[in-house]
Amino acid sequence: MTSDTAGSDLEALELELLTEGIYRHYGLDFRHYAVASLRRRVWGRVQAEKLTTITGLLERVLHDREAMERLLTHLSINVTAMFRDPTFYRAFREKVVPTLRSHPFIRIWHVGCSTGEEVYSMAILLEEAGLYERARLYATDMNETVLQQARKGIFAMNVMDEYARNYTLAGGERSLSDYYLTRYDYAMFHQSLRRNIVFAHHNLATDGSFNEFNVIVCRNVMIYFDRTLQGAVHRLFYSSLRRFGVLALGRKESLRGTPHEHDYEEIDPIEKLFRRQA
Amino acid sequence: MVAGLVVMGTSLGGLNALREVLGALPASYPWPVVIVQHRSAEDVGDTLALTLQRACALPVREVEDKDPLEGGRVYIGPADYHLLIEPEGLALSTEGRVFFARPSINVLFESAAVVYGPSVVAVVLTGASADGAAGAARVKAGGGRLVVQDPATAESGVMPRAAMAAAQVDSVLPLDRIGGHLVRLASKR
Repeated sequence: MTSDTAGSDLEALELELLTEGIYRHYGLDFRHYAVASLRRRVWGRVQAEKLTTITGLLERVLHDREAMERLLTHLSINVTAMFRDPTFYRAFREKVVPTLRSHPFIRIWHVGCSTGEEVYSMAILLEEAGLYERARLYATDMNETVLQQARKGIFAMNVMDEYARNYTLAGGERSLSDYYLTRYDYAMFHQSLRRNIVFAHHNLATDGSFNEFNVIVCRNVMIYFDRTLQGAVHRLFYSSLRRFGVLALGRKESLRGTPHEHDYEEIDPIEKLFRRQA
Repeated sequence: MVAGLVVMGTSLGGLNALREVLGALPASYPWPVVIVQHRSAEDVGDTLALTLQRACALPVREVEDKDPLEGGRVYIGPADYHLLIEPEGLALSTEGRVFFARPSINVLFESAAVVYGPSVVAVVLTGASADGAAGAARVKAGGGRLVVQDPATAESGVMPRAAMAAAQVDSVLPLDRIGGHLVRLASKR
């Protein structure tokens, strides 16, 4: 065994001790996060804190709550943009919206909503489909900091051009700027668009189901979970979806090997839209 | 866990380079070959995998999260995700770009080194950025091997040269000898 294989084993041990320590002290459970991406994110934090080992980070987060906050934020930040993957929204519009029309009341759960871009995108899509009035969007995340940000509905103007392009590619019928006010360097979405959205704290690793939904959107969140946690989350989703409800995953995610793999029908195998069977 | 693993990175000129290298691998090649070619976020769809499949005797697949890693298969990193190696197989992430790239070669190489150490063969092909150099150094630090395309034969020599500057290279080869070399490496173990 070369010294660096031993080094890798030691690093794996330190990572385990870090997640175990955080779980026991804070009750935050990262023990079943996918190890390769967790390792990278943890090292990013070790370097940002100007430390040299993962064990050093463990020491700091156990004794310094704010350091734990910083780590939590770092572990939960997700790359997101409005109408990211425009083809997803197109497919949703074409294949899911028609089936929502028959419902007097529509509940949609956005899982791991981060700073809210995906939720506001869905709100706009529903508005243009004439369905917003009867929709309730529940957007959850384990990180209260990003939730606070998401609630404000404020985004920097310098990304709105990219968002406007995405919006058009996603089949948007108007102009993205119709939906927000410009204030200095920021865009603030209209209150009318935020009215039916609830942003709430929820931790997939530890919390249970809280409602029955017509649609669950969980895109590029479970890629950060290991198979065990992913399986538990799929069980949660299955029991939180109404019959014939829709589950939306990220473009390169799969139901293969998950507990309810055969309980869904593929609505769109490329955009990963699935319908829960009876 | 597989006995050996090839990880490969390329950007500018990559399509032709990959066709040539993959074309030289026989259907019996025992190891997995995991490839990151720099791609734009809009480059979605199967066309890259299908194009490479036409040149390759091994099954070529664009990776989905949590795909198992199996010998005798070629795996392509999808657009706008980083591709990582884990003990259980392949994983994706949506972290920030590295050298403006997602997928990034450094991310792939480094994760391979962590899991497979001396069993990794990293191959750096033609490319226009330094992505892959730090990852190559990490592979070498883990006891793995580094094969670099001869910059003189590369459409862009930037990437191979950056790898050569950052790490101890085991072989510098023209494109048409890389496939054969990978076959020899796999038959030795």
